[in-house]
Amino acid sequence: MNIHVKQDEAAKECRLDDMKQGILGRDVSRPDGLPKVTGTAPYAAEYKIDGCLEGVIVTSTIVKGEVTNIDASSVLDMPGVEAVIDDPRLTARAAQGTAGEAPAQPARKVGYFGQPVAVVVARTFEEARDAAKHLKIEYRVEDDAIVDPEEADAEAQGDGTKMGDLAEAMNSARHSVDVVITTEGHNSAPMEPHAAIAEWDGDKLTVHASLQMLNYNISELADSLDLDEEKIRLIARYVGGGFGSKLGVSEETVAACVAAMELQRPVRVVMSRQQVFQCVMRRSETRQRLRLAADEDGKLIGFGHEARVSNLPGEEFAEPVLQSSEFLYRGENRLLELEVARIHRMTAGSVRAPGEAVGMPALEAAMDMLAEKVGIDPVELRLRNIPERHPAKDLPFTDHSLAECLTKGAEAFGWDKGPRKPMQKREGEWWIGTGMASAARVHNVSEAKARVTLKADGTALVETDMTDIGTGTYAILTQLAGEMLGLPVDKVLVDLGDTNHPRGPGSGGSWGAASIGSAVFVACEAVRKQVAEKAGVSENELSLSDGRVMNGATLTDLLDGADISAEGHYEPGAISEDYTASGFGAFFAEVRVNRYTGETRVNRMLGSFGFGRVLNAKTARSQCLGGVTWSIGLALTEGLKFDPRDGHLANCDLAEYHVPVNRDVPEVEILLLDGRDPLASAIQAKGVGELGMCGGAAAIANAIYNACGARVLDYPMTPDRVIAAMPENA
Amino acid sequence: MRPFDYQRADGLTHAGQLADADEAAYIAGGTNLLDLMKLQVETPRRLVDINKVGMREIEQTDDGGLRIGALATNTATASHDLVRRNYPVLARAILAGATQQLRNRATTGGNLCQRTRCYYFTNIDQPCNKREPGSGCGAIQGIARLHAILGTSSQCIATYPGDMAVALSALDAKVEIASESGERTVPVRDFHCLPGDTPWRDNVLEAGEIITSVVLPPPVAGRQSYRKVRERSSYAFALVSIASIVEMEGDMIARADLAFGGVAHIPWHDERLSNLLVGQAPDRKLFDKAADLLLEDAQGYGENDFKIPLARRTLHAVLSEATGVDQ
Ligand SMILES: Cc1cc2nc3c(=O)[nH]c(=O)nc-3n(C[C@H](O)[C@H](O)[C@H](O)COP(=O)(O)OP(=O)(O)OC[C@H]3O[C@@H](n4cnc5c(N)ncnc54)[C@H](O)[C@@H]3O)c2cc1C
Ligand code: SF4
Repeated sequence: MNIHVKQDEAAKECRLDDMKQGILGRDVSRPDGLPKVTGTAPYAAEYKIDGCLEGVIVTSTIVKGEVTNIDASSVLDMPGVEAVIDDPRLTARAAQGTAGEAPAQPARKVGYFGQPVAVVVARTFEEARDAAKHLKIEYRVEDDAIVDPEEADAEAQGDGTKMGDLAEAMNSARHSVDVVITTEGHNSAPMEPHAAIAEWDGDKLTVHASLQMLNYNISELADSLDLDEEKIRLIARYVGGGFGSKLGVSEETVAACVAAMELQRPVRVVMSRQQVFQCVMRRSETRQRLRLAADEDGKLIGFGHEARVSNLPGEEFAEPVLQSSEFLYRGENRLLELEVARIHRMTAGSVRAPGEAVGMPALEAAMDMLAEKVGIDPVELRLRNIPERHPAKDLPFTDHSLAECLTKGAEAFGWDKGPRKPMQKREGEWWIGTGMASAARVHNVSEAKARVTLKADGTALVETDMTDIGTGTYAILTQLAGEMLGLPVDKVLVDLGDTNHPRGPGSGGSWGAASIGSAVFVACEAVRKQVAEKAGVSENELSLSDGRVMNGATLTDLLDGADISAEGHYEPGAISEDYTASGFGAFFAEVRVNRYTGETRVNRMLGSFGFGRVLNAKTARSQCLGGVTWSIGLALTEGLKFDPRDGHLANCDLAEYHVPVNRDVPEVEILLLDGRDPLASAIQAKGVGELGMCGGAAAIANAIYNACGARVLDYPMTPDRVIAAMPENA
Repeated sequence: MRPFDYQRADGLTHAGQLADADEAAYIAGGTNLLDLMKLQVETPRRLVDINKVGMREIEQTDDGGLRIGALATNTATASHDLVRRNYPVLARAILAGATQQLRNRATTGGNLCQRTRCYYFTNIDQPCNKREPGSGCGAIQGIARLHAILGTSSQCIATYPGDMAVALSALDAKVEIASESGERTVPVRDFHCLPGDTPWRDNVLEAGEIITSVVLPPPVAGRQSYRKVRERSSYAFALVSIASIVEMEGDMIARADLAFGGVAHIPWHDERLSNLLVGQAPDRKLFDKAADLLLEDAQGYGENDFKIPLARRTLHAVLSEATGVDQ
């Protein structure tokens, strides 16, 4: 049985709150946790497949031009080498998230230093890697490549927003801030490198891959290989982190498939850590100008946010820096513009909360500067500027929790209200200070399908090609199905990451939980309907828990040997167009800054977040903790370093690209403001994953200023930058 | 990784014999060498495993100093009672480096010989005079954030990246070296080389020579500290580091043995600093003079210009703390 729900209206009555199992929203551990920490959960590269050959990607040593010759004979005599794959179907870049079509081909056309151009296949990984280093390649070099975004021409992305007269507002405003803030490029830095194993039986292709969105990836792969989707089965049961870098099908997966098809043997291709840095999509660096004009009381009358980002020529993606700036604060005179510089560094794409992750830290640092000028508490400044409706589109918001996040967060943190001054507290060499920032992340929800089967043995099975990239999908779908069907968690099996199952929404943009959760919910409704019929009660009367109809038969008896199965198909309808939907939050940080060395360490941090229904308090909290950790990285340590001459990435491993380590992450308190957003999805939930890093870096930046008076305008705020901005008397 | 021949030595003499081959390299913990072999930055034809050679002991010498075997792990050294009691600067320097897992493998000899973290050195698609003499220096006019400000040459501006050796330099330890032709002792302060026009040379070891131990002089009075400045609080190499042993006699500085990491191709030691500081009453002006002297010939390469003020400020921090001067 299939059931299709298109949501045009608020899900006012949601059955979830009437259910009796009592597991939804609870601290339920991830069912995949134990297999992962005991090493029994196989990741893409870990499947044991007889006769599997090993492929290693060869990357370009020029910036721009064309491969004119690949001399296979230079390596074919080396021990173990089976083949050099140099096929026009090889892809030069990964697909952008949700592209659904082949990424740039062929690999022979070079657009950046370190781009994949060929694959060497050998019996062992070591043999393939050695041969890959010896492969002779000739190029025709084009020497007009620009690699520095500041030197490149830029083009406008979209129309932007223009309302009223910002320049005039700035002139006439009582208080104003006009500041340029920059952020450096970032790498997603998942633990599991990009990897795939492909098997081709002459007709069907089976691929174990590390990808986030199988529903799109299967089309991208089919298009890359010129093969029917029906001939492909993609499997990604466990993904060791993606953070955006595995949204679109990437070079290693296509390469493994092409090699397997050519050689008629299974082939595994795993990127080295260095390749994960140099071939996988980066987050663009940004240069952002913020103009804030406020009246006497700090009410915004003008709001300007202009940003410059970069990407390769021909790539459509532009880091959506202004996404939440569009609606977060009031201001009738508005100017928001995004432009893209065309440069020859690796593709820029989605990395950990694209847009707000870098837009919000800039905006929220500027807001801190404005609060100081107006002479009011920074929390108060935000509270005074929350708009009633989307300021440009004039749309109503769905559930809006910013004010609650700000006030509850401030209270829990012990925020001292009032105007603030830097350099008030010192402990030995360390200046101590606090700072805060708002959090916002647009909420998206997407079409999704899932099959739910209530089995005759009294267990349930949930099937979809949705992935769990470490976020908790296995856990929340277990809880949703268990809650709806009255089963404890150990009676529900969730089977994910296989394109033989109904198409999910994929993991990305924090839309996974709300979208696939709604599909499972819809499917469970259909199953319940049939159970109610069998039990002879109405759907509303049907009360299930612990495998029993309340005061009645067990499900096993009721089913009497026959499974009940339904495929739920959820689709967002008018709710997506008629409302502005966003998750909100607030960050509070206390830092210490060394007055000699400019080193900054975070003493403690608190984040309060509102994103509708909390499906699992433990996994939601973990997501927010991860976001706060990335916020610390963005604020203090992370930045891609590109060579100014050939644009190659210099710091391409985890020793030199500094993600935060345990010692950088202090006690972090997370406040989850459980709510219901009937306009967000059928299950009244919004996305949470990315929200935790959308603004947190500014809380740290503002705390640095409050501590030692250094207003650093470039992220990450490394010791050298802090020292340069420190006042003489600090 | 290029195919190689692997041999395990069962004694010092055996190690020497095995290493007497073209392009042979000793392997101890392997934490540096293997990484570089995977990248084909190092391409030895033969690996001589010295882990069964012994040389793991840490024991007192006749004159009251301490001999640390070349194969003692960094963890063993840092947690040794006598090291913690008498040479805390050494324990702290080691613990400020790498991670617990790495320190459990890393050895005294390997740590002294670890190679630079210059981004261009570790990328074989880029020019580097150290890796490939004559190919040019990628870092000059490139990304030079990690690079040296003292003792550089037009050929190479790389740093020696380690922490342990900086403490050893402040302590004036000696390196004991053996080879087929006998034994010799070299002060740590003379063990590493400036790049000059032989940037491929990291230290004074000749082919086949093996470090057998490091010897610390008898403990001295004074306050010891290791200060490492870095953006990430752990698992990062030093932007600037200072190992210090400072003794006060009344209001006067009686000893000031200082060594600097992250600023040069060697753990940097400048005897003139001790001469300037000893016998003086500490104050801000004196520290400034010391910094002036230290940084007299300092040169930045753009990206790393910040190291000059950072070294000055870190020196102020270290001397203030050691002498109790509140600035
Ligand atoms: C990610 C990462 C982070 C790190 N961070 C730091 C840090 O912050 N601070 C720091 O100081 N270090 C750091 N290290 C470096 C680490 O300390 C060194 O890798 C380690 O000390 C090397 O010791 P080993 O025994 O493993 O040497 P190996 O890798 O076995 O050998 C290194 C070199 O020494 C030679 N060698 C070894 N023993 C002898 C001997 N007895 N005689 C002659 N030659 C010998 C070898 O031939 C080789 O050339 C880090 C390393 C990594 C991988
Ligand atoms: S600084 Fe030295 S190690 Fe680095 S590229 Fe130049 S020559 Fe090579």
